Amino acid sequence: MQALTHPLTYLVNLATPLNLTQYTAQGGYLGAIKALKEFSPAQVLEIIKDSQLKGRGGAGFPTGMKWSFVPHYDDDDVRSKENKYLVCNGDEMEPGTFKDRLLLEGVPHQLIEAMIIAAYTIGANKAYIFLRGEYHLAAKRLQIAIDEAYQAGWLGSGIQGTGYQLDLYVHTSAGRYICGEETALINALEGKRANPRAKPPFPQVAGLFGKPTIVNNVETLSNLPHILKNGAQWFKDVSPNSDAGTKIYGACGRVKSPGLWELPMGATIGQVLNDHAGGMSDGLKLKGLLPGGASTDFLMPEHLDVPMDYDSIAKAGSRLGTGGLIVLDDKNCPVAMVLNLLEFFAQESCGWCTPCRDGTPWAVEILTRIEHGKGSLDDIDSLLNLCDFMWIGKTHCALAPGAVEPLKSALKYFNDDFMQHIEQGCCPYHGGR
Amino acid sequence: MNIINQVVLHCTQYLTASEMAEIDHEISIMETREAAGIEALKIVQANRGWINDDSLTAIAQYLKMSTAELEGVATFYNLIYRQPVGKYVIHLCNSISCHLTGYNEILQTIKQHLAIDYGQTTTDGLFTLLSNVCLGGCDKSPVMMIGDKHYQQLNVEKTIEVLTQLKNLSDEGKNI
Repeated sequence: MQALTHPLTYLVNLATPLNLTQYTAQGGYLGAIKALKEFSPAQVLEIIKDSQLKGRGGAGFPTGMKWSFVPHYDDDDVRSKENKYLVCNGDEMEPGTFKDRLLLEGVPHQLIEAMIIAAYTIGANKAYIFLRGEYHLAAKRLQIAIDEAYQAGWLGSGIQGTGYQLDLYVHTSAGRYICGEETALINALEGKRANPRAKPPFPQVAGLFGKPTIVNNVETLSNLPHILKNGAQWFKDVSPNSDAGTKIYGACGRVKSPGLWELPMGATIGQVLNDHAGGMSDGLKLKGLLPGGASTDFLMPEHLDVPMDYDSIAKAGSRLGTGGLIVLDDKNCPVAMVLNLLEFFAQESCGWCTPCRDGTPWAVEILTRIEHGKGSLDDIDSLLNLCDFMWIGKTHCALAPGAVEPLKSALKYFNDDFMQHIEQGCCPYHGGR
Repeated sequence: MNIINQVVLHCTQYLTASEMAEIDHEISIMETREAAGIEALKIVQANRGWINDDSLTAIAQYLKMSTAELEGVATFYNLIYRQPVGKYVIHLCNSISCHLTGYNEILQTIKQHLAIDYGQTTTDGLFTLLSNVCLGGCDKSPVMMIGDKHYQQLNVEKTIEVLTQLKNLSDEGKNI
């Protein structure tokens, strides 16, 4: 039964997503109706906590715990009348990550149902889908689905005969990777420059327009209808490993069949790469890979047996991140790859704090020199110093530490390649870019 | 560029009725007027191609915020154009999976075919070439976006075909 093993994707139809009638006929909105009619918000929160759902946007923070930080006031407290907000983070811009797009374009009603459940639980009457500006098709399909949901009484006032009201809007962004950071996203939604905010206060207490706000990733939210429908125990049992639920894993780079697959949380890297992506393209060997987007540490061929769950990947020295493998083959230059990644981070740095604003372009300068055969041994030391200079605790947000992860791990695993560039005075892969 | 130049017209005369209606909708779903700023910039840009100084000042005035503040916003976001662009803006993905699967060849193809570099517009005013971060088409890389459309699994032939097609469409007076 696909619904129980592939809950997130079994209703995905990229050519023509299910309309509301079709989605409902397939069991859609059952999770939302159960939440609204059978449970109090506090009871839904307990179910989600019990399910052990963790954020799928990259950080892996327990969703139920995040929600529990939203303050609840008694009815006679004036603060109970204040708005709370739910925001769906659909600003998918992590290089090598394209999983949310599948859900946004393929099954928009699932996200709307999920947002009804989440908003009901935290007591929000307004919700936004923050969508990256480049996802035009997703924006169009979401708006059609939202219009349908309003017409059918799933959005607006008195949802399905209950006293609950929710208004849901799509906000399309205008670019910049940093918008994916939740406090930067809130600033962007307020029409400001997307600089991350200092924490505390955390958005759960003072977020959008200063009001309690929950920001959840598309994939995280999309799990909710199924947890409500099938129960927390089912969700935990879907995965044989320590982390609950399924995960949409991906693979890109020069592999035989790049793509996305929903698998039980904890499928091994080798399973994703070899069984699903078909292994490396003909004539190529695996050199290394980033397990979950650009801002994760490299792992190597000896890590193929590592399960892709939060703890196991962390033990192997990296992060699950978004679960999208970026695969490096033996004919692509690792130095050029790291240079491309650092160019990305340097360009997308919001410029707020010095380590990131100055550190990332500095790393680009040094890496460019090495890639073009003009590097020296001192440059390696400088890069290592930069890795320290841009690490957690020294920067305003996680962007620069995210840049350090592939850089530092590349210096460790591909030391020979860096040395060859320096000693031979050229790129051994293609004689410079 | 003089961003504090005098607006001769009042914003309600500068902006069209439909632009103001669309901006009003964005304001209505937010708690503050300036929260509609990014959407407002996109609305006007969709109509006029890019955000010139007068547009910027008019939008700021309409949202009751300072022009300088809106300029800070407009220049932060890469999908807001503060300089004139061609009819078709090519957003070529230069992130990692495209890099690994042939981005450079596509870049060289576009540069040669259109005789422009990044940030430049063809002399006929048809094409502007810009880079873009990961377009989320990594399983079908290399990828570029022109207007609302994503073009995937690009190779040299396909890239030239797309550019030629757009030029022909434009010559026939059609839009994509």
